[in-house]
Amino acid sequence: MERVTNLPDNRLEKNFSEAKPLYTESEARIEANRCIYCYDAPCTTACPAGIDIPGFIRKIASGNIRGAAKTIFEVNLLGVSTAQVCPVEELCAGACVYNKDNVPPINIGRLQRFATEKGLLWEQDKKSTLFSPQNQTDRKVALIGAGPASLACAGHLTLAGVKSIIYEKDDLPGGLNVTGIAPYKLFTDAALEEIEWLKQFGFEIQTGLEVGRDISIDHLLENFDAVFLGAGLGRDKLPGIPGEDAAGVWGATELIKKIKNDRAFKLPANLESVNVVGGGNSAIDIARELALLGVPEVNIVYRRTISEMPGYRHELAAARQEGVRMFERAVPVEIIANDRLVLCTKHKLTGEPQQFESDWIVLAIGNERDAGQLSPGLEIDEKGCVVVDPDTMKTSVAKIYAGGDCINGGKEVVNAVADGRDAAWSMLREWGIGEAQQVRRNHG
Amino acid sequence: MANLAINMCGIKSPNPFWLASGPPANCGEQVMRAFDAGWGGAVWKTLGKPIVNVSSRLGAVDHKGNRMSGLNNIELITDRPLDTNFKEIYAVKKRYQEQAVVVSLMVESKAEWREIIRRAEDAGADGLELNFGCPHGMCERGMGSSVGQEPAILEEITAWAVDYANTPVLIKLTPNITDILDPGIAAAKGGAHGLSLINTIKSIIGVNLETMVPLPSVRDKGTNGGYCGPAVKPIALHMVAALARDPRIQIPLSGIGGIGNWRDAAEFIALGATSVQVCTAVMHYGYRIVEDMIDGLSNYLDDMNMASVSNLIGKAVPNFTEWGNLDLNYRITANIDEEKCIGCQLCYIACLDGAHQCIHTRQSHCSAYHGESDHGIYPRTEIQPPVLHKANGGIPDHVPFVDEDECIGCNLCQLVCPVPGCITMIEQDSKIAAKTWQEMEV
Repeated sequence: MERVTNLPDNRLEKNFSEAKPLYTESEARIEANRCIYCYDAPCTTACPAGIDIPGFIRKIASGNIRGAAKTIFEVNLLGVSTAQVCPVEELCAGACVYNKDNVPPINIGRLQRFATEKGLLWEQDKKSTLFSPQNQTDRKVALIGAGPASLACAGHLTLAGVKSIIYEKDDLPGGLNVTGIAPYKLFTDAALEEIEWLKQFGFEIQTGLEVGRDISIDHLLENFDAVFLGAGLGRDKLPGIPGEDAAGVWGATELIKKIKNDRAFKLPANLESVNVVGGGNSAIDIARELALLGVPEVNIVYRRTISEMPGYRHELAAARQEGVRMFERAVPVEIIANDRLVLCTKHKLTGEPQQFESDWIVLAIGNERDAGQLSPGLEIDEKGCVVVDPDTMKTSVAKIYAGGDCINGGKEVVNAVADGRDAAWSMLREWGIGEAQQVRRNHG
Repeated sequence: MANLAINMCGIKSPNPFWLASGPPANCGEQVMRAFDAGWGGAVWKTLGKPIVNVSSRLGAVDHKGNRMSGLNNIELITDRPLDTNFKEIYAVKKRYQEQAVVVSLMVESKAEWREIIRRAEDAGADGLELNFGCPHGMCERGMGSSVGQEPAILEEITAWAVDYANTPVLIKLTPNITDILDPGIAAAKGGAHGLSLINTIKSIIGVNLETMVPLPSVRDKGTNGGYCGPAVKPIALHMVAALARDPRIQIPLSGIGGIGNWRDAAEFIALGATSVQVCTAVMHYGYRIVEDMIDGLSNYLDDMNMASVSNLIGKAVPNFTEWGNLDLNYRITANIDEEKCIGCQLCYIACLDGAHQCIHTRQSHCSAYHGESDHGIYPRTEIQPPVLHKANGGIPDHVPFVDEDECIGCNLCQLVCPVPGCITMIEQDSKIAAKTWQEMEV
């Protein structure tokens, strides 16, 4: 795809190589032919977007690459980025029947990348498009936050002829796809190129404009037929311990964003050690990134045990392979800032104190859930997530739909994409636009 | 180690594996390397009057990523001077006495046959193979398969050749006929000492969908060629077996068609072949494949307590019969091993759409389990799914089950199942005496 951003090439994230590069023709052919084309395939059941996986793989095998790409995009408009960022080991590939016969599962993510990227190359070669928007209707929708949920929602709406405008408070669109995905999974420019492709459908993104500050949600509700809330999560959560605001203490998403997109950001040459606090995938990601960038000592300090970690096992294994060490049952109690930082913890069971010295500390204990504050009538669950009806994606406030991390507390990109799509289809059903669409979907 | 040596109508070779007449047996240097690799014999690329070949010449069918499941060629007989070929045959025979060199021949007139047979034998040929099989190019000039398709002419030319020859004469048959017995019997009547089959099958291997030229293409045109390789083996097996069990044919057979390993070879031999000939597999992988053919066949014969490959010849022929002699009361049904099942449900969809709707899943909309049918045909009987004894990797409800009363024992589910040993066909005691169609007619 064409380079569409003015991101400098000397960003720190360019020091990484891709973990799962684009398949060659031979790789794709061999892998696609390995798929046995299950009926009622468990991979499709496991896919949050419900992609017809055996169907698109069969099309790769027959040489119908354009058809394969379309099979994916029809239910997952962010097929390019999700191909790379989906934890397939936990989803489709984890459900592949081959696992049960001790045969390596199909590399579904890499086949999806092959199909979607080759599909877009076909568009360029043939000066044609896989999708053509329908005639413009008189409906219009405002979307809050330009992350994967809103992008998918706006994409499906625009294809159906519904005018869509996304409001994004950040300078760049894309949400976590642009700011938060580990570079070895997806580069920022690749995420931005995907957004440029989606924008060809005809929706608008206004960046640097925050709903609730620069523009009120009531204004949107008055001027649009519906509002889609895809605001994601808020800033990094703090543990509420003394010293957490010391210099050298970072929030995980804050630091990842700097590594990915900040042209001026460099790691200090004398950065010897980092302790990462947390047990989720963000903790594992930032630890692995720092290790890959050459920090000699990177530890994950977690208050429970590995078996209780919400982070994925395969991600932890990969981080440990880069030298990341794990410390379990260490509950942070204080950060002392001397020449270096001292993370003081107590053992979860015995209360025994322990100290971890390092140059930096990264807090990766989750993010604020503040999207619900956008409108006073929004029902919020006990975890701070916006409540929606899973069949319609409607919130408790009329005309407001929601999806993505703000309703699930932080799941995968593909969950957000499916939410956005379902919200769009729900609106279209309600307005009687096009054929009613609903794919079988795993809400788990 | 079992004795693999054969004597096919007087042509002796240390094992039954011969190179078939084709590109791998094109010149002396190749044949010598093949003999060094272990091949027991070679049928020299067909000699005849000078021709000119085209490019390209080959096309292939790939299946599910496997290359060359079938191969098609439009190459003609040798395009090298006859003198060169005869000199090289002489050189090979001088160096290799144990291995068989059979020379394939294709000319038109009686005088030409006499001349070329004399020269081949002078060069040291252990036997001759008359090429009445090629279905492309040569047949347009009245040779190859155009002879093989006319039993009377085939018989006449065979008789000439047998008359002129001092070495055994094999007739190579074309499969491009209605009944292989017609040319087979004609060749036997003409006095042939043995038969080789099959030659290639007339075919178009494919079309270039951009240029609209059939493959393989020669500039902007394509022509029909001869099809061979793994895909043709079943056709060849049938034709060999048909000749082997006909009492009018009492001469040995050399089996050809899709042979790539010892198992293929053993099947041909069990259905009546004395030697087997290989071309496509060597074109694909080289002469080295013969090592496993020799080793594998020997191990197999040892396992079967057969001291010599000759013990295997024709062993399966008595069991090859007409449909009308099959027992109509024999019954098998499918059984799915729920512990081995990986839940792909290929058996379910194959039986539902491609067979007799006897396999059900717990999810299927029109299964007997749900007691309802979308199209009024289904279910034929009320059945309950079996209780699963072992959870299968978290997908117990993905394990299909068989309606044994309805199962007609067609094998399809077993054939599509990707897990070895997961679906087995179990004999059901029908408690009725065997009865064939023939017996019912009486």
